[in-house]
Amino acid sequence: MAKLKVAFYWAASCGGCEIAQLEIGEKILKVAEVADIVFWPVAIDAKYKDVEAMADGSIDVCLFNGAIRNSEQEHLAHMLRKKSKVMIAYGSCAYEGGVPGLANMFDRASIFERVYHETPSTNNKHKVFPEPSHKVHEGVLCIPEFNDTVKTLRQTVDVDYIIPGCPPEEKTTWLALTALIEGKLPPKGTVITDNVKAVCDDCPRKRDVKKVKKVYRTYEIITDPEICLLEQGLLCAGVATRGGCGAPCPQANMPCTGCYGPVEGAIDQGAHFISAMASVIDSKDPDEIQKIIDDIHDPVGTVYRYSLPDSLLRRARIQ
Amino acid sequence: MKKITIDPITRLEGHGKIEIFLNEAGEVSKTYFQVPELRGFERFAEGRLAEDMPQITQRICGVCPEAHHLASTKTLDAVFHVDPPSAAKKLRELLYSSFYVTDHTTHFYILGGPDFVMGPDAPVAERNILGVIAKVGLELAGAVIKTRKRNHHVIQMLGGRAVHPVFGMPGGVSKGLNAEQIKEVQEIAEEAVGFAQLSLKVFDDIVLKNKDYVAMITSDAYTHRTYYMGLVDAKNRVNFYDGMVRVVDPDGQEFAKFAPKDYLDYIAEHVEPWTYIKFPYLKQIGWHGFKDGKDSGVYRVAPLARLNVADGMATPLAQEEYQRMYATLGGKPVHHTLANHWARLVELLYAAERMRELSRDPEIASPKIRTIPTATPDEGVGIVEAPRGTLIHHYATDERGVIKKANLIVATVGNAAAFNMSVGKAAEALIKPGKPITEGLLNRIEMAWRPYDPCFGCATHSLPGRSPIPVYVYDSKGNLVHKP
Repeated sequence: MAKLKVAFYWAASCGGCEIAQLEIGEKILKVAEVADIVFWPVAIDAKYKDVEAMADGSIDVCLFNGAIRNSEQEHLAHMLRKKSKVMIAYGSCAYEGGVPGLANMFDRASIFERVYHETPSTNNKHKVFPEPSHKVHEGVLCIPEFNDTVKTLRQTVDVDYIIPGCPPEEKTTWLALTALIEGKLPPKGTVITDNVKAVCDDCPRKRDVKKVKKVYRTYEIITDPEICLLEQGLLCAGVATRGGCGAPCPQANMPCTGCYGPVEGAIDQGAHFISAMASVIDSKDPDEIQKIIDDIHDPVGTVYRYSLPDSLLRRARIQ
Repeated sequence: MKKITIDPITRLEGHGKIEIFLNEAGEVSKTYFQVPELRGFERFAEGRLAEDMPQITQRICGVCPEAHHLASTKTLDAVFHVDPPSAAKKLRELLYSSFYVTDHTTHFYILGGPDFVMGPDAPVAERNILGVIAKVGLELAGAVIKTRKRNHHVIQMLGGRAVHPVFGMPGGVSKGLNAEQIKEVQEIAEEAVGFAQLSLKVFDDIVLKNKDYVAMITSDAYTHRTYYMGLVDAKNRVNFYDGMVRVVDPDGQEFAKFAPKDYLDYIAEHVEPWTYIKFPYLKQIGWHGFKDGKDSGVYRVAPLARLNVADGMATPLAQEEYQRMYATLGGKPVHHTLANHWARLVELLYAAERMRELSRDPEIASPKIRTIPTATPDEGVGIVEAPRGTLIHHYATDERGVIKKANLIVATVGNAAAFNMSVGKAAEALIKPGKPITEGLLNRIEMAWRPYDPCFGCATHSLPGRSPIPVYVYDSKGNLVHKP
């Protein structure tokens, strides 16, 4: 059997997905037996022009991580889609926009203003900002255009499968790679995890009756190590987040922040999380309810930590 | 004007490209290093809960998330005016030491080391980790893999996750270690010390015993007389986790020593329109362009800088190696960029020894790992030494602890100006009229930036033998005469 031709690419991301891919450790040898890596900027020497020269559909699988933040990433997403039979969104940023997607609360102008002018260490009286094409004495220097809005991979090209997580845990990556190697691919559109229910199903903490009179910040209380964090008043996103990670964060006494994305069937992770919160608030008195929810100071960062571009809201409207 | 582009540079974290312009005579006229990416964390931090920042900012870099996680956590201690219990500080530093062991190992064996171990002119196909394995033997290669794996396990035990840990909070850490785990960490630390010593021996055998390599390390093409910056402890010894920031001038004299909260009195950043990265410089000297010397505000960070600003190392075995390095290279400060590889190994040994000390400290078993903050949050600065240099986080919050403003000076950025200068100087020394631009020549140019272990975007470590930063060369008429 011919070896699978595999490509990897990173867009707006942190590199954690590459580290996660390397974390499969010795199993990488098994991958090498059945697959040839034809493009992986982090690791091998093939350049953009080599990919351009490939025939359409000649790459079997492309694992694409990172959000679409600039013109170059958008271009590469389209090119790799054309060249690849199967396109996989790997990790939260490609899947839902990820943490860089929180930039959709702002726009290019306000981001540039902050980064290149307003930050207290920056000395830039004349407001010099990076330009896509800039003429210097010796010639012209080009950099990609920074877009106003962060997009997910699915908002840019057709995507076949998703591997969630920030980054995906080793076992999730391996589950997907095994399916690829064995040619047992699930139906198109599948989010590949070994638990389609919530993180709560992975979590060893005891759940009783979720009733909360006060919402706490993580630093305000020392939690009971045995009991569900949501029941103790922490905004744990596990209830609205797809399982399969093994719930490492709640086991380290920290709430789930939602990196595996929505549970199967939920369209909007944040809306699902908000409705779950509403059901645990232990009051029927509107004033008391208002008082409880007044303690939620950053709803967007709490319920859409990784998924603002993929949410029904997509971005903030800039006045 | 002729122009050479190296695009993308390999064996670094993230994206970047180098553009080299030649004049009519075919000599290098000017070199530009460009970073093509921005994500804008300083803006979208606004409105976030302060305590979420350790987990948000570590998404700047998945290679060194521990550095951002801890710089951010220390910033929160300052913002909330809370002093964590001693055990919590030790657990943070223990995780950080273990992280340094993995990160410096990765750089030496996978990213930077292949140039030396295999030689700069070795065929591309061999100038990588696989070539290194063939040369140093499977046993050592196995030790490299094992060291990385076992230390990632330590990070997971302490931090909750191997990539993007979650344990940092204002006033402490969210979890400690049980007796069984402590025993395991002690064993891993002991192994790490032996591994670091072995790595220094490998460097000795392969690099220092080769006269050509030593001549290359000390050659002018790879030398810049600059200021240096790094954290030091109360005795002016290297510290990764905490202390004062010390700056020395190109003669090695102390130029400044300041507490993290005062960084704005000492550091400013310059903006150029042709790149997304900013260029920090010493505020009192000012920005005078991409120049070295005492009159230029350009400073350098990362392993060699840290050793240059310190009076020594805080652990005995690393101290011996520190003295040996300076004795061999002719005293302090050392300005040879390539000596970063050696300094990194001295730091690897220090990290392993420090990890061993902390793992044996009975206090780390203490259940007292949190102080609950009670003061009203306002503003704070936190600084750690990331493997790639001094890393600064600065947040201002409202009285609810919601971020109003954030400023970040990321480690790699500290070397951004020097990086441009180093690449330019190496290009000028190596590209000559009529001389063909060979793979080996371009690799020698890359060797000018690889010692900084750059982490642009702060993205991914790449495997070796490749050039992730593309180099483009243009002639004086603007024709592309070399492309990757």
